[in-house]
Amino acid sequence: MKKMHVLKFTGRYLVRVVTLLIAVSIISFILVSASPVDPVQQYVGAVPNVSEEQRENIAEYWGLNDPPLERFLAWGNSILHGDFGTSLIYRRPVLDIIKEKFAASLALMLTAWLFSGLIGFGIGCAMGIFNGKWLDKILKKICLVMCSIPTFWIGIVFLMFFSVKLGWFPMGMSVPKGVPADEVTILQRIHHLVLPALTLSFLSFANVALHTREKLVDVLESDYVLFAKARGESRFSILKRHGFRNILLPAVTMQFGSFSELFGGSVLAESVFSYPGLGAAAAAAGMGSDIPLLLGITLFSALFVFAGNMLANIIYGIVDPQIKEGYKNESYGS
Amino acid sequence: MEKEPILTVKDLSVSFHMYDTGLEQYDLKVISNLNLDVCPGEIVAIAGSSGSGKSLLAHAVMGLLPGNAAMSGEISYRGRVLSQKDKEKLRGKEMALVPQSVAYLDPLMKVEAQVRGSKPDRERIAAQREIFKRFHLDEKTEKLYPFQLSGGMARRVLVSTAVISGAELIIADEPTPGLDLEMALEALKVFRELADEGKAVVLITHDIDLAFHIADRIAVFYAGTTVEITEAEDFRKGPEALRHPYSKALWEALPQNGFKPIAGFQPYAKYLPEGCLFSPRCPYKTKECEQEIPMREVRGGYVRCIHAD
Repeated sequence: MKKMHVLKFTGRYLVRVVTLLIAVSIISFILVSASPVDPVQQYVGAVPNVSEEQRENIAEYWGLNDPPLERFLAWGNSILHGDFGTSLIYRRPVLDIIKEKFAASLALMLTAWLFSGLIGFGIGCAMGIFNGKWLDKILKKICLVMCSIPTFWIGIVFLMFFSVKLGWFPMGMSVPKGVPADEVTILQRIHHLVLPALTLSFLSFANVALHTREKLVDVLESDYVLFAKARGESRFSILKRHGFRNILLPAVTMQFGSFSELFGGSVLAESVFSYPGLGAAAAAAGMGSDIPLLLGITLFSALFVFAGNMLANIIYGIVDPQIKEGYKNESYGS
Repeated sequence: MEKEPILTVKDLSVSFHMYDTGLEQYDLKVISNLNLDVCPGEIVAIAGSSGSGKSLLAHAVMGLLPGNAAMSGEISYRGRVLSQKDKEKLRGKEMALVPQSVAYLDPLMKVEAQVRGSKPDRERIAAQREIFKRFHLDEKTEKLYPFQLSGGMARRVLVSTAVISGAELIIADEPTPGLDLEMALEALKVFRELADEGKAVVLITHDIDLAFHIADRIAVFYAGTTVEITEAEDFRKGPEALRHPYSKALWEALPQNGFKPIAGFQPYAKYLPEGCLFSPRCPYKTKECEQEIPMREVRGGYVRCIHAD
């Protein structure tokens, strides 16, 4: 019974991710086809003396004169075989670049993600507990201000203040200049990571805090907290037993659901800090009309965001008894 | 029944501080000059229509009123006037609340943890099992989450929380919504048993029919005050035995007694009339009704009406 349940669950997600990726590839293919970017020109670049005839030959060789459907199927076919093409600006296979850049971005995004989640949750709880008191009022105003600050702006401010003025952190990049790659210490990496991660987490942690606060206030005004008080539970016990239990779930879900914002934010944060991650690569691919890389990153980011949402769903299913038992009942029924 | 009352409510008024349009503020008086006492071993039913302040009374006694509520008057337990601190100390130990529905249980916590409380020792767990058995809740019930309970089970679980606390005073707030008389009486048997064990039970209900089947005494609420406190027997006898015109009207509005409604509606707390709160709907209204009406004794019961005899 349990195995059946897991199979069904996995199957459902597989269908979803496949249809999502097909939809994303169709849409991005149409957008790229409709864009004024001429792939031949991009490929030839600044090389002089390429005749009209040679250009025609390249286009013919690439199949640019075929009907769009045929081109799409040819592209899709190679993607399915793991061939994402060669990046025009890096002159290397797209997949390798995504792997390498994502590894760099992952450290950044993970730090920012944990930071915004933990601090946001903590501040949100403090606001909820002191609802209406001065601490809540001050924190709420700070959060509202922070919500409306754009990422790239706060990044530049951080750079100006911490790097230029105080000189605490490096100006950019993920490793120090002029040091061989195998001699870079972990501390140096962390040193380079702090400011971009802080910038990136600024994007969401005020949001997380405000959501957590709202939820905690709701819970503390709920009927079941009233009844817990009537049963003689202390303030602390109510927070511990009923408060956190009921707000943790939405907080975790929101955190996993924020992967898309995280990815979007990393494009800006990495650009500001010249941090060589996937976000910066996406920006570079866009600016340099590097279509294979752009399409590759698009598909990858769709997968990334999907993974986040799926994790949120799965965690919800594991933690929330109402959903867990619901799934069980569903599989009994079928 | 010459016993010392366990709970005495004297001249209780509760008002809410409200915001009107713009910055205007006003106090909404939802309970005014309410009196009540409950002795060990008896069930006092508080009957009245919705909006008459029944649940608020329960919350006032337990010290659960929200921050914008102000309270005056005295609430005493075993002869001692209670402060908010005292109430917080007593609730869950000496006084227990039985709420209306499963919504009062934490949806993410198993029933057992909620019934046992925050410090479940072996004794407590044993007590919980014992009580579940007594209420015919089978062993699996304790492992269930609130949303898995049927209506009847939920009600019994809620009562269990009151029983396990060992409280001497149990306030049940509408424990039987949506049940027909027979089912409701079945559900209320528990409270009868508890009263017979010497506990004091306050039963809040809008179902007057139910109230006089199960209770020893009945307090009739209207617009946030008690208009009559009487032996339940008088309700069984009929309107001649009753004292207040509203109680009589309630009796006559019952399906088996003619289903006769009276004109008008209960005044909203913001627009309370002067003097007798029932006077705008009362056929016996005279000039004197516009003064403050005290509670007085008539034929062994108490009534807030100058014309009763």
